[in-house]
Amino acid sequence: MSGAVRKTWSPASEEYQAILGGLRETVGACMQCGTCTASCPNWHAMDVTPRAMWRMIQFGMLDEILASRTFWMCSACYMCTLRCPRGLKLTSAMAALKRLARVDGNAEARRSGAFYEAFMDDVEAHGRVQETGIMQRYFLKRKNPALPLSFLPLGVKMLRKGKIHLPSKGQGGVLMPMFAKAREMEGWT
Amino acid sequence: MRYAYYPGCSLTESAREYDVSTRAVMQRLGAELVEIPDWTCCGASAAEPVSKLMNYALPARNLAIVEKEMDGIDVLVPCAACYLNLLKVNREVVGDRHLHGQLNEVLAASGLSYRGDVRVRHLIDVLKNDVGAKIVEQKVTDGLQGMKLAPYYGCQILRPYPVFDEPGKPVSMEPFIKAMGGEVFDWSMRNRCCGASLMVGHPEVAVKSVAAILADAEGADAIVTVCPLCQMNLEAYQGRAVREGGKFVPVLYLTQLLGLALGLDQESMQLDKNLTLTPAARRDIAARAWAEPVPESETETAGAKG
Repeated sequence: MSGAVRKTWSPASEEYQAILGGLRETVGACMQCGTCTASCPNWHAMDVTPRAMWRMIQFGMLDEILASRTFWMCSACYMCTLRCPRGLKLTSAMAALKRLARVDGNAEARRSGAFYEAFMDDVEAHGRVQETGIMQRYFLKRKNPALPLSFLPLGVKMLRKGKIHLPSKGQGGVLMPMFAKAREMEGWT
Repeated sequence: MRYAYYPGCSLTESAREYDVSTRAVMQRLGAELVEIPDWTCCGASAAEPVSKLMNYALPARNLAIVEKEMDGIDVLVPCAACYLNLLKVNREVVGDRHLHGQLNEVLAASGLSYRGDVRVRHLIDVLKNDVGAKIVEQKVTDGLQGMKLAPYYGCQILRPYPVFDEPGKPVSMEPFIKAMGGEVFDWSMRNRCCGASLMVGHPEVAVKSVAAILADAEGADAIVTVCPLCQMNLEAYQGRAVREGGKFVPVLYLTQLLGLALGLDQESMQLDKNLTLTPAARRDIAARAWAEPVPESETETAGAKG
């Protein structure tokens, strides 16, 4: 991390604090047993273990949290949530960390959050998700011309099996009023 | 048995064979599925990382429609992610007055509200508790003749809310595999994550999981799934996974196998849509598992298609 380093006691903006506050509540009772880390199928791709991540939340180490890629590696299998002896909703905490990083908008958030955003944009536009639509949006967000090529073999395979369908109007903008309301209430974009 | 049917987006896209086989099998078993009118996306695993409220409002909209227009009958869901999202509304919002109020505020933007009276059921839950393996066994006409099947449960039908199975060592598919005349392949990866949507953004991570699952399934004639994303990840990336230690294993939906055992043919179960069922793999399975081998001309057509 370059530039100013915020210490644990330094004030963060309100948007951050709202999510951080919720997170502190979710993992506040963590006793650092590490069952979550031992249960995680994706631990090998994480730079900070889930156990350590909960400690960093308890301490409010915002910069260190945002610099980590750990929560982007969560595939929501709920094994940690199932096994947590304190019954904490750890998978929800991982999702809240993804929301926190989206507020920050750093490079990793733009990269790893691109699929979720592409998905939600497509839901908002069509009511139901269309796979070709999501992938187009995803490629546009990632702005990496080599990326679509890496999906080409799979695309061809699926096309030959009749698994690719052209985008349609779907259900139209039936969900747009709900999206607008949630944006107004939560203040996200 | 009448259910409000929520197919979910995947089943209208790349997993149409799951939709078609679910409808056909449930009809054979005497259940009436009525599609929820104007249903919309549940948000899958993409809504929660973007918005906490939409993560509840997207699935709740469908439950609100069932409550309002379908007398609140049970909702049957074949997709694991859809199932958990719909179930979460009942488990996490209903009972939390503040959150429930917020949810209804969002729903009100579309003229809806949800009280919380609709039961959400996964396909296996309905098969196990409303139909029963005995009934399936009685209706089997083309038994699978000892075909070794590895039941793969994945994550979200088991966790975090255990409803109809043991999340640590799930067994709910086993009576049905036996009822079909198949043999249960005992393995440890049955409830291990396939990597889910990580496969799009970080395939190098998810492929490791797929490789571990496929390696453990070595010796099985097929893996049986009940989730369109598990199916996609286990099938579509076998080439890469094999380079990381996995094995080639055909992957089929539970409902496709049930349909075949109940006398429906390969065409109506859309076996040609499965990415791992090459004509050779189909001949192999047919020769070992089904009394009547596939006629030669049929496999050739399938070969031309895929």
